[in-house]
Amino acid sequence: MLLPLGATAIVATVLLWELCRTRLLGALAWVHAEMRRRLELRRRAGGEWQVRYDPGRERRAERRARALLRSCVNEEEWAMYRDLGLLRVWGSSSSCAYVIYPHRPILAYVPQTGALLNEYCVAFPDHSRPYGSARLPDADDVLAKWMALTADEGRLVAEANMHLPGRQLDVEQVRDDLARLARWEGERLGRRATPSSGWRSRGVGDRPGSVRAA
Amino acid sequence: MKLLRLKPGHGEVVLAEGDVEVPAEEAALIEAFRRELDAGMWAAVPTERGDGRREAEMVRSFGEVPRDAERVIFFPRAAGGAF
Repeated sequence: MLLPLGATAIVATVLLWELCRTRLLGALAWVHAEMRRRLELRRRAGGEWQVRYDPGRERRAERRARALLRSCVNEEEWAMYRDLGLLRVWGSSSSCAYVIYPHRPILAYVPQTGALLNEYCVAFPDHSRPYGSARLPDADDVLAKWMALTADEGRLVAEANMHLPGRQLDVEQVRDDLARLARWEGERLGRRATPSSGWRSRGVGDRPGSVRAA
Repeated sequence: MKLLRLKPGHGEVVLAEGDVEVPAEEAALIEAFRRELDAGMWAAVPTERGDGRREAEMVRSFGEVPRDAERVIFFPRAAGGAF
């Protein structure tokens, strides 16, 4: 009795194995791949954990970046960035100027009329991601744009994606910024005209007509 | 001359520093310069014109760097794109 039952069980097992073998091997391969995927995800998560966002580190980076920017641009440009959070750069043509914002598109406009021309979307991503992010500190991003624009305006404009104003920049905000810039320049000119202030300026802000932005 | 690189989460980093008139130091500067260009960086030299206007000059080789330049700044190459 036991012998036939045993033989039947063995035959049934072999038959079952033959039937399920392909599916079982497929399932095992899937489990293996899934385990590898999860291990990889865990490893990456561990790496990001080690370099996660540190506000203190970012503040120190920004401080360094601002010091470098200040050492590269002239006194007026530095004051503009410090006071207004933007930097105006004159284009190679007198009828065009650019406003540089940190980590936002560069705006081209006509300084004499305040007419907005284009926005140029450009970024300087550092793919080595030393601290988990490819994003430069704000002042370094402004410096990179300033260097690229003043050194080779055509190349930067060619590299950028050009759009009409309003695609990413808020047009009203931009007009407000240009008005703030005009007021700011007017105040500086007023101070410059006051002999007792002892303030002297030189450089890019001296172009006539630059204070009439809308 | 100092070679600086803009770096996320850090600000600028000094890659190399030396006197271009000293051959060994110049060689080290050239090697560091090439390494950054090979890594896809752009290089610029901040300059000041006679009228006080400041600007930058892009350089594509160490030979293009003015001998009296105080620093060369490397930064990631521009990429167009949405923010």
